[in-house]
Amino acid sequence: MKLQMKYFAAIREACGKSEELLETNSTNTHELFEELTNLYGLQIDKKNLKVAINEEYSSFDAKFNELDIVALIPPVAGG
Amino acid sequence: MFEMTSRKITHDELISKVEDDKAGAIVFFDGRVRNHNEGHKVSSLEYQSYEAMAIKEGQKIIDEAKELFDFHHAYCVHRVGHLQIGDVAVWVAVSTSHRELAFKACQFIIDEVKARVPIWKKEHYIDKSPEWVACHQCAKHSHGSETHSHHHMEA
Repeated sequence: MKLQMKYFAAIREACGKSEELLETNSTNTHELFEELTNLYGLQIDKKNLKVAINEEYSSFDAKFNELDIVALIPPVAGG
Repeated sequence: MFEMTSRKITHDELISKVEDDKAGAIVFFDGRVRNHNEGHKVSSLEYQSYEAMAIKEGQKIIDEAKELFDFHHAYCVHRVGHLQIGDVAVWVAVSTSHRELAFKACQFIIDEVKARVPIWKKEHYIDKSPEWVACHQCAKHSHGSETHSHHHMEA
């Protein structure tokens, strides 16, 4: 399926892009994290990440649907 | 209302968002870029956000605060872009009939914004290479239950 990926902060720098349409076999964020780590050499600990699916915080177990907007969320640091 | 902006906000604009004849109290908070963090000399801060989600999450916080504190008006706006020492990164304004709830609502809003809204900052230092601020101790906790955080502001 295809996912609309959004990349931020250190992840954006590792990927070299802010977004992409990703053709993937990953069915949830656990699998997607492994895929992106292999693809882009992410050096980020999974336990420090959250995930947003369609602009809402979600769980790593949630199943993706075609064209979901997915963003790995590094520890936030607003303020 | 919660907004993201790339420009400076004036105090008059903030007042205009929350003033009301019913309000006997207006409390303002601004969070500023300071020149040090954890022993390093900070020269500037670069803010990046997931804007669409930030606006949704920020508005949820305002709505939660309304339920808890029943203010007349509340407004929060966060800046993105490259800010210098002394620049304001985030403003909060709350109006209520009496001061107690205005103080409480203002504190709740800024605390939740810092814990939950998808905004990141890259610290630029005088004495080392820039780094994204990543609070790994925070990340072990769920959003909204930080026990440790990086503060760049008078809080």
